[in-house]
Amino acid sequence: MKEIMVNIERCLSCHSCELACAVAHSSGKTLFSAVSETPKPLKRIFVHSSGTKNVPVSCRHCEEAPCIDACIAGAMHRTADGTVTNEGGSGVCTGCWMCVMVCPYGVIRSRQTARVAVKCDRNCLNREGVPACVQACPTGALQFIEVDEFSIQKRKNFVAVF
Amino acid sequence: MSEKSIDQATLKMLSKAKADNVSLAWDRLAAQEPQCGFGQLGVCCRNCNMGPCRVDPFGDGPSEGVCGATADTIVARNLVRAIAAGAASHSDHGRGIASTLYASAKGHAPDYPVKDEVKLKALAKEFGIAVEDRTSQEIALEVAETVLDEFGTRKGSLQFVNRVPLKRKEIWDKLGITPRGIDREVVECMHRTHIGVDNDYVSLILQGMRTALSDGWGGSIVATEISDILFGTPQPIKGSCNLGVLQADQVNIILHGHEPTLSDILVHAARAPELLAAAKEKGASGINVCGMCCTGNEILMRHGVPLAGNFLQQELAIVTGAVEAMVVDIQCIMPSLPQVAACYHTKVISTSPKAKFPGAEHIPFDEHNAMEVAEKIVLAAVENFSNRRPERVNIPSDRMDYMAGFSVEAILSALGGSLDPLLNAIKSGAIKGIVGVVGCNNPKYKHDQSHINFVNELIKNNVLVVATGCAAIACGKYGLLLPEAAKNAGDGLRAVCEALKIPPVLHMGSCVDISRIMTVAAAIANALGVDISDLPLAGAAPEWMSEKAVSIGTYVVSSGIFTILGTVPPVLGSKNVAELLTSGAEGVVGAVFAVEEDPVAAADLAVKHIEKKRLALGLEP
Repeated sequence: MKEIMVNIERCLSCHSCELACAVAHSSGKTLFSAVSETPKPLKRIFVHSSGTKNVPVSCRHCEEAPCIDACIAGAMHRTADGTVTNEGGSGVCTGCWMCVMVCPYGVIRSRQTARVAVKCDRNCLNREGVPACVQACPTGALQFIEVDEFSIQKRKNFVAVF
Repeated sequence: MSEKSIDQATLKMLSKAKADNVSLAWDRLAAQEPQCGFGQLGVCCRNCNMGPCRVDPFGDGPSEGVCGATADTIVARNLVRAIAAGAASHSDHGRGIASTLYASAKGHAPDYPVKDEVKLKALAKEFGIAVEDRTSQEIALEVAETVLDEFGTRKGSLQFVNRVPLKRKEIWDKLGITPRGIDREVVECMHRTHIGVDNDYVSLILQGMRTALSDGWGGSIVATEISDILFGTPQPIKGSCNLGVLQADQVNIILHGHEPTLSDILVHAARAPELLAAAKEKGASGINVCGMCCTGNEILMRHGVPLAGNFLQQELAIVTGAVEAMVVDIQCIMPSLPQVAACYHTKVISTSPKAKFPGAEHIPFDEHNAMEVAEKIVLAAVENFSNRRPERVNIPSDRMDYMAGFSVEAILSALGGSLDPLLNAIKSGAIKGIVGVVGCNNPKYKHDQSHINFVNELIKNNVLVVATGCAAIACGKYGLLLPEAAKNAGDGLRAVCEALKIPPVLHMGSCVDISRIMTVAAAIANALGVDISDLPLAGAAPEWMSEKAVSIGTYVVSSGIFTILGTVPPVLGSKNVAELLTSGAEGVVGAVFAVEEDPVAAADLAVKHIEKKRLALGLEP
């Protein structure tokens, strides 16, 4: 299964992924219309710096997802294609923030006005099935590929400089 | 391919480029996509080294830069810097032409005699320079010195401001945006947008307007007026355009860029018998000099030189494989040209000390021995003819005839020496109004489509179109510059065009020649005793892309003319700036910008605006 994988050394912290994520989650779906929407669309990917490296952080859709286990409303669940989301589940998100507390990566946030938790929901794929943040990345720091393919690439790169 | 252009010659050359494995602007655009959203919204500031700073348009991140600049400040600063760059470019072009007049009057530029003495004297009178009992050389020297002084004048305001109606001058004075000196306004833009100076978006935009006005009523008029004096004032002239003007059996030279200083001489040089003989010796039947972009417009307006195409066709001309030399001066010349030329035999020859292109041959142009340089360039092209590879040549057959050369003087002459017939046609409603259609091409939009659909809608609605730059070239390619095109116009406009034997779209020149349009607008307003903003006029740049276009749009709006942009400017990151430009400016300068990507809807906006202005003047809508 394909996942959003990060080549951390390539991230220039341009924040294009954040912008594209917000636009993909707006009602108009275009940048120019999104900037004037109310409420403002929220991004679900965050570029932070560790001092020497820039890291785009978003939901990893963990196989053992703590947020699903912690959700007492029964909202957070895993869909057939593996996406972890609190939308369209058997329960309705009540904004209790249990998922926020247990997520080890801090990639679940709140929409305070609506009292719901907001996270990467993969409701942003283009026709080729590529997420908006990956499409927007100008340097290829973000890739949407099979996990094992990523590790093959990584091994090859390691061997090349060995 | 068909989504890239409506022009058949362009489509054919796009296919050839693909087969020849040549990368073009459209391919490079695809490689840029998706383009940076912060840049598109104008909310990125690189004006100091505490940055770069970005404001988050979704309110999710920083709302100000390190210095505290908000989105309003950053967007306004970026806009003002774009205006400054555009105004500087037009004005530096004007300065170059004025310097040539000065050199000519000093006797240092023998190839540039004064060609239009009537215009020289008229301009001298406008500047209060004595003309009686003086030689044209004496007058030219004083005119050149006085005009060059306009760039750094200390006398309060620019001379050409006196062309505008009193009401308009009062508006500018009250707002404090009357341009004081051409260079001064550009410099002040750079000063104000430096870290820690002006950070009030209204104040910044007012300075942007003042700077744009120094372009429209300063640098651009200088370029137009002095070019007319040195190279002749354009008169209606016939010719043909599009890539089909290239000749399979001749040495093809394309003159591309914006300044007529070298190109005008080059047109003459290519007619020299010894160069023609050299071309014959190489097996060519002649030398075919063609224009492209505004250098092309300058020489077509004055010599009927064929026009090979507009901005997005510059690479495609080389792709024909039939161009021996592409001679470039300044502005809108793609740095890719030497790279494209490397796939064929074409020589790219740069000539301006202001513009070098890695990979191009540089033959420095010198106005003091212009003909010598021009002959050297033509000879280089002739010698390159034997390197042409016939298997790489494919000239599309598409070409179209045109009638161009509608300077203000030519329009007056077509009207029988006075504006009255035009005013009467507007009053009677035969012509509802006038729209200036100008500007570039932009590969983000289907090449030429917006220009042509917009213009066709306007003329159907009895709106007379005046055009310059790449928009005018687009009109030429689709036959809209022919008197016969009047058959597609509404009944009123058609009758006027048929009576005067003029096309429904008047080609008024290059992009600096938008000053001609402004001069006509001011003259109409003066004749009616109203302000420019009262007239049934509109401006439009359906496919604009350059900073010069930002300056032009701003001086047109600041002069009181409603202006429609077909491509979105980078201002939407600030709601306040966007609102000021699209609605707030109405109460300040009597005109606003509108952005409309759909050309038919844009034409509707223009027509409705014209109807509104007609009603206010007491005319039938």
